[in-house]
Amino acid sequence: MERIDPRARSDAYGNRINRSHSTFLATVVPWGSILLASILPLFPIASALPLLPPLGFLMLLGWRLVRPGLLPVWAGIPLGLFDDLFSGQPFGFAILTWSLALIGIEILEGRLPWRAFWQDWFTAGIVVSVYLIVGWLLSGATPNIHSLIALVPQLVLSILLFPILSRIVARLDRFRLHRWRTI
Amino acid sequence: MAPTGQRRSGYSRRAQYNLFTGYIIAGIGALIGAVLLVLSFFQPQLFGGLRGAAADGVSPATETSATVRTGSKSIWDSISGYYRAGSKNAELKREIEIARIRLAEAQAVEQENLRLKALLGLREEDVEPVAVTRLVGSTASSTRRFAYVGAGSDQGVEVGMPIRSPRGVVGRVLETGSDSARILLLTDTESVLPVRRASDEVVAFAEGRGDGLLRIRLINLGINPLEKGDLFVTSGAGGYYRPGAAVAILVEKTDDGGLARMVSDPAATDFVSIDPIFEPEAALAVETPTETELSD
Repeated sequence: MERIDPRARSDAYGNRINRSHSTFLATVVPWGSILLASILPLFPIASALPLLPPLGFLMLLGWRLVRPGLLPVWAGIPLGLFDDLFSGQPFGFAILTWSLALIGIEILEGRLPWRAFWQDWFTAGIVVSVYLIVGWLLSGATPNIHSLIALVPQLVLSILLFPILSRIVARLDRFRLHRWRTI
Repeated sequence: MAPTGQRRSGYSRRAQYNLFTGYIIAGIGALIGAVLLVLSFFQPQLFGGLRGAAADGVSPATETSATVRTGSKSIWDSISGYYRAGSKNAELKREIEIARIRLAEAQAVEQENLRLKALLGLREEDVEPVAVTRLVGSTASSTRRFAYVGAGSDQGVEVGMPIRSPRGVVGRVLETGSDSARILLLTDTESVLPVRRASDEVVAFAEGRGDGLLRIRLINLGINPLEKGDLFVTSGAGGYYRPGAAVAILVEKTDDGGLARMVSDPAATDFVSIDPIFEPEAALAVETPTETELSD
């Protein structure tokens, strides 16, 4: 059989004989990658103005839009709680906004079940814009026009980053369902 | 990708209940988030302990990355240093000659200061920093400008202590964990710092604008005496910061003062020192409302 078609006994996730998915990876990878993305903005630079996109939130959107049905609707509570510890926004901000975003996407999906990537990107762009502007309003500081202008580069970066992040999510999803050798 | 069939629960009671419970929990979660958000508006310090513990947890990783960041920056600096090395060298030589002269003059002034102070009977004390540490990271995705340093209450760091880099003031301590502390950078919109012009006694407030610049607001209104390139230093008012530390350089003049750029940009800062509060009694008195009577 292999001589005719070398991929006869395998699929996208690897060889099917003597191999099986890992339950651990299948559950941990989506949650773990979002948690990791929440911590990441702490590392690169101690900048004088907000510059990095909200990676944790973008990762959540990526998993939600690229792989619908994987994260439960209530995933915003634990993940948002963790993000609140590191984001610098007032505590509770991410719990509220992440939950609302997931509920909103759920409603939207009921209306438009079949979508192409462009629609997903559009959805993510709008959700991220609203998220950043609400974050600017509810940051605990007095909102002024200058900090709103300072938000623009971050907003543009966030929207441009979404396609890359959704490719990363797709790669992570293949890794999540990879078949490992079992005896 | 098309949604999976999970949303359609069919005739199964169990699946219907599961789906329904999921929505209920999500709604309750959003409500809890709203309540916590309102709580932390009125009591910003309420969740400080949780955040401090979280920052302590990741501090080994952030400190390592801070080390790498500083290392890679210096490599880049040495590469870019080769570019136009000759003309730079000549320029530096000229500058160093002038600097030597100025240094000698400054020494003379210092000598005279010492003599005058001795004459007046003033005591000169050197301030010992509470801790010298690295700026390990910042909340780079939030509108608020917070940063983290790698020393906390175990090293004697307390809330309100000023943070200085070799170039100038960076901010002050807002929350302490046991091995890390969260600091409010000068560019945050909630940060106000009393400053004066280095060359004379023009006093002003330096407020963060949230976009990387500081707004200099003069206390005495009238004709705006500021010029582009003026250096502002801490005035010591308020009791937190020691007077005479560099803060900002004016880049643009406005009606009531100007816009200034921070002297010690946190992005270019690695090591910082945490100083004790300059006058703790004065800082306490400023915080106390006028209706409260101070007793000893």
